[in-house]
Amino acid sequence: METEKQPEVTDAELIPIYIMGKQYMVPPTLTIMKAIEYAGYTLIRGVGCRGGFCGACGTAYRILGDPKLYFGLACQTVVQPDMYLAQIPFFPAQRTRYDIRQLEPIAATLFTTYPEVLRCLGCGACTKACPQEIDVRTYMAAGMRGDIARMADLSFDCIMCGLCAARCPAEEAQYNIAILARRLYGRYLAPRSEHLLERLDEIEAGQFDAQMAELKSLDKDALTERYKARDIEPK
Amino acid sequence: MSGYPPEMQESIRMVESTRPRRIRESFPAMSLEERGAILKAFHPDYKDETFHAIRVGVSKGQRMPIELARVVEGRPHIGPDFNLSDPMIETDVLVVGGGGAGASAALLAQEQGAKVVVATKLRFGDANTMMAQGGIQAADRPEDSPPIHYLDVIGGGHFTNAPDLVEALVVDAPVVIKWLEDLGMMFDKAPDGMMMEEHGGGTSRKRMHSARDYTGAEIMRTLRDEVRNREDDITVIEFAPVIELVMDDQGRVVGAIVMNLETKVHRFIKAKAVVLATGGGGRLHYQGFPTTNHHGATADGVVLAYRVGAPLGYLESMQYHPTGAAFPEQIVGLLVTEKVRGLGAQPINREGAQFVYPLEPRDVEAAAFIRECREREMGIVTPTGQPGVWLDSPMIEIIQGPGTIQRALPAMARQFGRFEIDIAQEPMLVYPTLHYQNGGVRLRADTSTEVPGLFIAGEVSGGVHGHNRLMGNSLLEITVFGRRAGRSAATYAQQITLGTPNLAHVEAWNRELEEAGVDTGVVSPILLPDYTRHV
Repeated sequence: METEKQPEVTDAELIPIYIMGKQYMVPPTLTIMKAIEYAGYTLIRGVGCRGGFCGACGTAYRILGDPKLYFGLACQTVVQPDMYLAQIPFFPAQRTRYDIRQLEPIAATLFTTYPEVLRCLGCGACTKACPQEIDVRTYMAAGMRGDIARMADLSFDCIMCGLCAARCPAEEAQYNIAILARRLYGRYLAPRSEHLLERLDEIEAGQFDAQMAELKSLDKDALTERYKARDIEPK
Repeated sequence: MSGYPPEMQESIRMVESTRPRRIRESFPAMSLEERGAILKAFHPDYKDETFHAIRVGVSKGQRMPIELARVVEGRPHIGPDFNLSDPMIETDVLVVGGGGAGASAALLAQEQGAKVVVATKLRFGDANTMMAQGGIQAADRPEDSPPIHYLDVIGGGHFTNAPDLVEALVVDAPVVIKWLEDLGMMFDKAPDGMMMEEHGGGTSRKRMHSARDYTGAEIMRTLRDEVRNREDDITVIEFAPVIELVMDDQGRVVGAIVMNLETKVHRFIKAKAVVLATGGGGRLHYQGFPTTNHHGATADGVVLAYRVGAPLGYLESMQYHPTGAAFPEQIVGLLVTEKVRGLGAQPINREGAQFVYPLEPRDVEAAAFIRECREREMGIVTPTGQPGVWLDSPMIEIIQGPGTIQRALPAMARQFGRFEIDIAQEPMLVYPTLHYQNGGVRLRADTSTEVPGLFIAGEVSGGVHGHNRLMGNSLLEITVFGRRAGRSAATYAQQITLGTPNLAHVEAWNRELEEAGVDTGVVSPILLPDYTRHV
């Protein structure tokens, strides 16, 4: 099978990285994920979309001699010399079951579904860990105020990788609380789309049935003529 | 600071110099005849030598990419003597695949009263759904209608689409939008509740609904969250790809063999009905193209369904998304959403000139990019030799106002920003990338197939898009047909009594391969791509 292209590099250009403490020499242009594959690993855990959207490849790392702890997505972060890597493909996190149809979009819903939201210390370890650069601390603060709309908005780009929960001294699962806020917002607080409801009534009333049946009965030539004659809504 | 090397920055200067003029210029769209000619000359689907007609099975003679034919003609993982007397679990409906179609099917089957098992190869939600950025189509504005949507779909598909499937797609579309919103999905809306809708390639009305540029992710995480809320009735088993379907003595599908991906142990899941929602096959890298697809997209469902006798169709056409990232090297092939063009960015050649209407149907747009680079040699070549054309994203903020990119394209801004490219200031380099499997397993509008007990939903299916899918119709397809599959499978499951499970079809398949002299050396489905370095 055709594989992803491997760069052509000389041995002298290779750099050392450490996968769970063991050294491998890899080309310096690779992402962490491709470097792990270059080192010979077949990934099952810690790989998903490979494009920065799924949250499967959360990674913690240090650079030799630097006391700071860094976080990133393995599929979106380029390797550096002397990088010490630990993949965090799974982190145990509290999640409450609920019936979205039975909830009210109010502060009390957040506090009863996830009482621990009020334990947030505001330390900001979550914000530092977020590979999406979401200000997790600020959306948690919004949650503590019961501001569902703001929590939903600020957390929107969350990919639910769980690195925030992994770092939280108050043992929060921020991303699970945030999706509750977003679903409450989407179902109850977002402005109603009257045009959508009207269209559903029209479909229900069979308003398009005759037109649809006619279109389905047309042969290719007749359809082509109709297609060419479409008027295009201006940008 | 620019993330582009100096030689590419020179070309960017030319793009900048023509921008004020281009903002007022529109490039003419192609006629149907022009579209046909450019496809024939430049689209990868027309490279005959990269296709192969399969030699066995009910759709013998069907053309498909060589890489796909090799796995379709592959050998099963297990023999016919596998022990089926001790199922690990028995259920009403088995859903294979944990993407958007599978999750939709699970929810609707559960609502019909079925017990459901979802078996998925990687994690629940590791699917192309999660990566779809730009939007989902639905004709819900007064200026638009399902019949207008129908014409767009069928013209974009070169009039080869299955009419019943297109009807289901466009008529269910507004229903699906409402369903998603009731589940708590956050659509982009104006303060008065009007959905913010844009054009996509080949649309005659603005009907692209979005959730920033995380539309698929927002759908997937909402559906996944809802499935998790119903765990009394829906059991999700992760890291459990299906390696073979199981039939009974009356020729019905009655479950599947799953493999624990970590322990490699095989187990039988017995079910009254099976929904196959396994997605596409971009990780087979047809013609060596990079892909936008997730790690597990290896065409498993086509292999599984075909072995039990379900006909295939439309697999001679694959979708190459015109705008895959072409620079930097680390993200080559990843999706640059069509929404970037929907918001006003033009494709531009290395001298700063437009060369194609920005919103042709995807196959036509991709063919035009390939022509610009290969025949006209007007593309840009990166330091690693990757060709591409510019996508002039800074136009978006000039047309739509400052801040539009952060508001409407945060994922794109973040992805390029990680490599020091500010897409509000500098254009993006793009080139076609393998994106979507237009064809697959044939189905009826209720998602049933020629094989009783087997239901199909999503990218694994073939027919709804004809030979080319329009943007925003895949997120629509997975939800429309996922819901239909869940409902159909649960209703069917209530009516049947299972016969004796067996794997006679495996024996018959092996015999047919032997008689035809076919040995591709592949055990399939292959489950995962092999990206390890072989030294």
